[in-house]
Amino acid sequence: MPDAPGLELIRGEIERDHPGSVLATSFDRAQAALVVDPAQILTVLSWLREEPGQSYRFLSSLHVADYLPAAPRFGVHYELLNRDRVERLRVKAMLVDPAAPALPTIDSCVELFPTAEAQEREAFDFFGIVFRNHPDMTRILLPDDYVGWPQRRDFPVGGEPVTFTYNEHTYG
Amino acid sequence: MEVERRSLSSKQASARQMLRGDLEGEDLDRYVEERVVTTTFEKMLNLARANSIFPLTFGLACCAIEAPISVVTARYDLARFGAEALRASPRQADLIILSGRVSIKMAPVVRRLYDQMLEPKWAISMGACSSSGGMFSNYAVVQGADKFMPIDLHIPGCPPRPEAVMYGFSKLQRKIIGNADQGWRQRYNAAGTEEWARGGPASAPSPEAAEAYEAAREISLA
Repeated sequence: MPDAPGLELIRGEIERDHPGSVLATSFDRAQAALVVDPAQILTVLSWLREEPGQSYRFLSSLHVADYLPAAPRFGVHYELLNRDRVERLRVKAMLVDPAAPALPTIDSCVELFPTAEAQEREAFDFFGIVFRNHPDMTRILLPDDYVGWPQRRDFPVGGEPVTFTYNEHTYG
Repeated sequence: MEVERRSLSSKQASARQMLRGDLEGEDLDRYVEERVVTTTFEKMLNLARANSIFPLTFGLACCAIEAPISVVTARYDLARFGAEALRASPRQADLIILSGRVSIKMAPVVRRLYDQMLEPKWAISMGACSSSGGMFSNYAVVQGADKFMPIDLHIPGCPPRPEAVMYGFSKLQRKIIGNADQGWRQRYNAAGTEEWARGGPASAPSPEAAEAYEAAREISLA
């Protein structure tokens, strides 16, 4: 786990090789995170993977969060792991939500980390994030004919209203 | 050792004597009345069906630990009710126990399994999730399995104890025999208020519905 100065060192090294790729850093509860430019996500990931001093060669998780009231709405999170030093580094790419029919897009990292294949499909399944150059960008868990992106915050919860007495008193 | 040689007719006579026993006259009549039951063929068939149910080896979620797994083990022993022969093929099964939440992706599969079972067949919806959606009131779970297939019996609980499953199973047996429990209607003295008993729409389908049913039945039987 790189500490706060270590994280700033990593940022400086990336900035030296690829200026403008890292937008911010955050170090919270001993967890280091780089917030990067979504257009250069592959550049940053391959740098962290190949650079001899870093060599974060394992993607332990790829997931998406919806920060709906916030302005760049979707955060694609890459949890990187260096298995020799047992150091974890989080890389975040914040995506802006385009107008309704269009979906947010980001480059797929399957070429770098083959394990991302299923995880990117899951992110597409539940959040509607399209990963460019993914070999098979289809739904993985929901039925193929499902409409909507159910883990988004503005998706209705679903289910059925139940006539508990509590609901009768509260909602009439 | 000398073998006693007897004629066949004398052997038969002694065998008849053994079968007849010592009872004579009125005693014999009473003995027979106490031990022989006359019934219709249908009732006897239902009795046999109720006591030799083959459940489908099928689990959906956490309730599967209680129903098809716990109940057949030695502690609870569903074999006492004649249902220990779990079948891995729906073609050989009489009973499907929906043990857990049914997701919208699984619902067509469950329906296909139920359709593949041969008549007569029964379905138990076990636990809160398959009966009503339970705590999963969301986009992914069917809110009650009776939305897509007929259910004979609901067992409440989250999950139901194995005892509850066996109680439900004995209720199903009584239903198969044709002596179904009235449930709350019996408790509240409301027998005869069922929709079919009141002459409601379920008792007489519309002519179009009956015609469509007959047409579908002919197609499926052909």
